[in-house]
Amino acid sequence: MVPFARRLENLGYSGLRAVEVNTLQVNLGWRCNQACKHCHLQAGPERPEQMALETIEEVIRVAGRYKIPVADLTGGAPELNPHFEYLVDRLHHLGVHVRCRSNLTVLLEPGMKHLPEFFAARRVELICSLPYYQEEMVDRVRGPGTFRKCLDALTLLNRLGYGLEGSELELHVMYNPGGAFFPPPQGPLEDLFRRELAQRHEIHFHRLFTLLNMPIGRFGEFLRRSSNYESYMGKLMASFNPATVSGLMCRSLISVAWDGRLYDCDFHQALNLPLIPGLPQSIGEFDLATLATRPIRLEEHCYGCTAGSGSSCGGSVVVGEGPGT
Amino acid sequence: MSYYYEDKDLERFQEVGKYRADLFDNFMNYYQGVMGAGGVLTVREKALIALAVAHTVQCPYCIDAYTRVSLENGSNLEEMTEAVHVAAAIRGGAALVHGVQMQNVAAKITM
Repeated sequence: MVPFARRLENLGYSGLRAVEVNTLQVNLGWRCNQACKHCHLQAGPERPEQMALETIEEVIRVAGRYKIPVADLTGGAPELNPHFEYLVDRLHHLGVHVRCRSNLTVLLEPGMKHLPEFFAARRVELICSLPYYQEEMVDRVRGPGTFRKCLDALTLLNRLGYGLEGSELELHVMYNPGGAFFPPPQGPLEDLFRRELAQRHEIHFHRLFTLLNMPIGRFGEFLRRSSNYESYMGKLMASFNPATVSGLMCRSLISVAWDGRLYDCDFHQALNLPLIPGLPQSIGEFDLATLATRPIRLEEHCYGCTAGSGSSCGGSVVVGEGPGT
Repeated sequence: MSYYYEDKDLERFQEVGKYRADLFDNFMNYYQGVMGAGGVLTVREKALIALAVAHTVQCPYCIDAYTRVSLENGSNLEEMTEAVHVAAAIRGGAALVHGVQMQNVAAKITM
């Protein structure tokens, strides 16, 4: 295997660096009402990791002081953090655009049913996990009954105006493959989802993003258990696309873990690979000037973000290109 | 070589071009032109056709490749299974329609 760092060096990216920090991706904890097979964090109902109020106050301070445009809230299920609504409220009042990565089913949990209205009132952008438009594929990856709950939650959100054409209430769906294969090209898949979800269930959304499964966490375990790891990694490497490098999400985002530690991305966080030594290591030490041009830690799973059309929390990096086949 | 078909051999397809590279390159250019984007059919549709044909010619490499390509273009197992049934139906129908030949021959040689 050619180390990822050397692959970039060959392209002239010796020491890949960030170019800005326009997004604070805040992981509010690894607790989740789901235990999906593809989860890189191995999140689930029994996970104890939760961001404490003191850390949340630090996030608010940093977002306000440095006028960070976007806060991208993730987990686990971020909504399960007891301080979630406080954080969203404060960020909203600071003028920060709040994006929440929701598994949808959490919106139907006891004590959570007010959340759609809460989101709408604060113009929270929602990115919702939906691995397919059919029950079988979704339930196989995310657990029995998940698909029906997702439809119920999406119907609720549509009723509030989320995802409707012309609406400012942004609702996007996030696709990830249900196995050891790459995601389809984003554009055609978005057309397919839009048509099928509208015809079958009268559900509407704005954009569809595709996310490649990282060969770590539960998905990594599946790859090893099913003897797919070697071929999957080989395919990631063979599909390396230089055109994705300039748009890699780590160049404009920083990941804040539940315990306040800083990472280049949520995947590095899952593997406990913090920022390069010498850089600020926690939200309390945040310094925009230093972090906005920081050297990025490069690891083998980074091939997952540069394969084919590229992959990021915002979907394909290079729109219009198909997967490497 | 312990088996006639090894899954890793699919990755070695290019090695066929070691001899008469001109012919191999011509084939690959044609192949890419047929299977790539930009035609009247979508890549997803072409992958489903390829999957059906792969079952008809019973090529393990092609079945492996076009199962993946179909999934990577957003197809689901219901659609893929239906494509295989199309192959089976045409293949079965092709056998059955030759029953007319059998009847013709029988009519000619029997009293």
